[in-house]
Amino acid sequence: MNLDVRFPIGGMFSIVGAILTIYGIFSSPAIYEKSLGINVNFWWGLVLLVFGLVMLGLAFRALRAKPPISGE
Amino acid sequence: MLGIGWALRRVIRSSDDFFLSGRSIPAWIAGLAFISANLGAQEVIGMAASGAKYGIMTSHFYWVGAMPAMVFVGLFMMPFYYGSRARSVPEYLKLRFDEKTRALNAVTFAVMTIFSSGISMYALAKLFELVLGWSFHGSIILSAVIVLIYIFLGGLTSAIYNEVLQFFLIVLGFLPLVLLGLKDVGGWHGLTAKLATVATNSGFAPGAWTHSWTYMDAPSHNPMGIEWFGLVMGLGFALSFGYWCTDFLVVQRAMAAGSMTAARRTPLYAAIPKMLMPALVILPGMLAIGLHASRGGFLPLGSDGQPNYNLAIPMMLAHYLPSGLLGLGLTALMASFMSGMAGNVTAFNSVWTYDIYQTHIRPGQTDAHYLRVGHAATVFGIAASVVAAYSATRFNNILDMLQLVFSFVNGPLFATFLLGMFWRRTTSHGAFYGLLTGTITAALHYGLTLPRGVAPGIHGGFLGAVLHTYPSEMALNFWTALFAWTGCFVATLLISLFTKRTKTDDELRGLVYSLTPRIQEGYMPWYKRPVTLAVGILVAATVLNIIFW
Repeated sequence: MNLDVRFPIGGMFSIVGAILTIYGIFSSPAIYEKSLGINVNFWWGLVLLVFGLVMLGLAFRALRAKPPISGE
Repeated sequence: MLGIGWALRRVIRSSDDFFLSGRSIPAWIAGLAFISANLGAQEVIGMAASGAKYGIMTSHFYWVGAMPAMVFVGLFMMPFYYGSRARSVPEYLKLRFDEKTRALNAVTFAVMTIFSSGISMYALAKLFELVLGWSFHGSIILSAVIVLIYIFLGGLTSAIYNEVLQFFLIVLGFLPLVLLGLKDVGGWHGLTAKLATVATNSGFAPGAWTHSWTYMDAPSHNPMGIEWFGLVMGLGFALSFGYWCTDFLVVQRAMAAGSMTAARRTPLYAAIPKMLMPALVILPGMLAIGLHASRGGFLPLGSDGQPNYNLAIPMMLAHYLPSGLLGLGLTALMASFMSGMAGNVTAFNSVWTYDIYQTHIRPGQTDAHYLRVGHAATVFGIAASVVAAYSATRFNNILDMLQLVFSFVNGPLFATFLLGMFWRRTTSHGAFYGLLTGTITAALHYGLTLPRGVAPGIHGGFLGAVLHTYPSEMALNFWTALFAWTGCFVATLLISLFTKRTKTDDELRGLVYSLTPRIQEGYMPWYKRPVTLAVGILVAATVLNIIFW
């Protein structure tokens, strides 16, 4: 079995991104005083989520395109 | 947050038999692992510390140092490494020269890994001190225990997988910090204005922190205390080429690549993200010193009355990131500390066990015996790292200390490699005594010179007489490396001319440039050849130098 490294990367960042986004929605605005009033948890969580999903998407596409052959 | 990181690491660890079974890995993955092996705590903490202490001139480590060196590794050195199937630097030296050269290098390399791991341990302990509020002594013990457990649980078995993951973790964990910091000071222009105050307060021209070349006409005009010649030759040539060409912690990553072409592309692919890294690691340090000047005391002062530049990144994290994202930032930091320490201790273990103990002390024992020796070496390595960590407390910038170690080990070694790989007449005696001369030259230079404003001792000048005073620690490191390189080069050259060759041309096939078949790449379209990529990288690095001139 040949595991594409994009699966664990995509999986991890999707989960972390989702958690941060949700935390950003429910956390009190007071904690964002440090970060110049920007809800960085929400916005950066979204960035991570998108990055993770893109990685997963690329990995699945490669998996479907042909049986995995690594190397060049 | 930390829990998720750990849980995922466990899942990943079990699934990477694929790398261990010797399957080829694509060049882009090897490239990311290559740069990640170098993106340890030293890089993140040290480059930010230097950004604060020396300003944008720190970018020379990237655009003058790393770029040409990485291109050189990919184009010229990789064919020997990949082709000779040597698994470590000492092993290559044995194939090219003899056992005694291998042993000498194994010893200096072992010392270097201990210092590297000790510096990571110091940085991790500082972080615990800050976050948990523990004493420094308690924090050091905690760090040592964590690394010990990490290694014995097999933390490094999945090295390449973890490293690629860690690369993204660091980039994505630190990027929001840089963006927030830049927004806070009002962009690059706001930062320039703040750093002008920093520069004039230290007695330099206002642009000294934000121009990389303008003030390099004389050592007294810039914070790094170096003129263009010492920088280009000391850092650009001796230190950087020495590090990237001979540090096997890094080079080994390229050896896992699937083919010779992929192995040569590995450092070239790695150079692309490496080129942009200053924005992520130097900029936070510059922001921190800007805040330090305008708010009066953002960085804690050390015992020498100077700001402790090492705390630039931890303080920035605590200052800008709210809980949630702070967890991600800390996870990214911890990940880099952990792999930095574990990688070095594991390298120490293998060099000691295979290159020194098995070869010179007790050959012909059972595997179980060597395994026990290896375990003992790991414990010893961690204990020695603790000592090195305490010596790191004497430096307000860990990059100063790290480059000092490199100037002793990698500086002279690069001369040995250069002669060994490109001149078949280089003899074993020449290599051994040359390397010894180079290391002794480094010690003499370090012992007889001193950076300004410090007492003789760990910073240099311990041999009694101080013949020259450098404006900064980094300037001393650059010149130490250059002296060491020259000492080794000249000695190796002269001794080789007066001693007999011990290896025939046949034995040197694949180890020396003129005796190795040229690689045929004519079948590839021009835009796919490594040379094209290399030229592109050098052009881009030049453009960056001009932008920040």
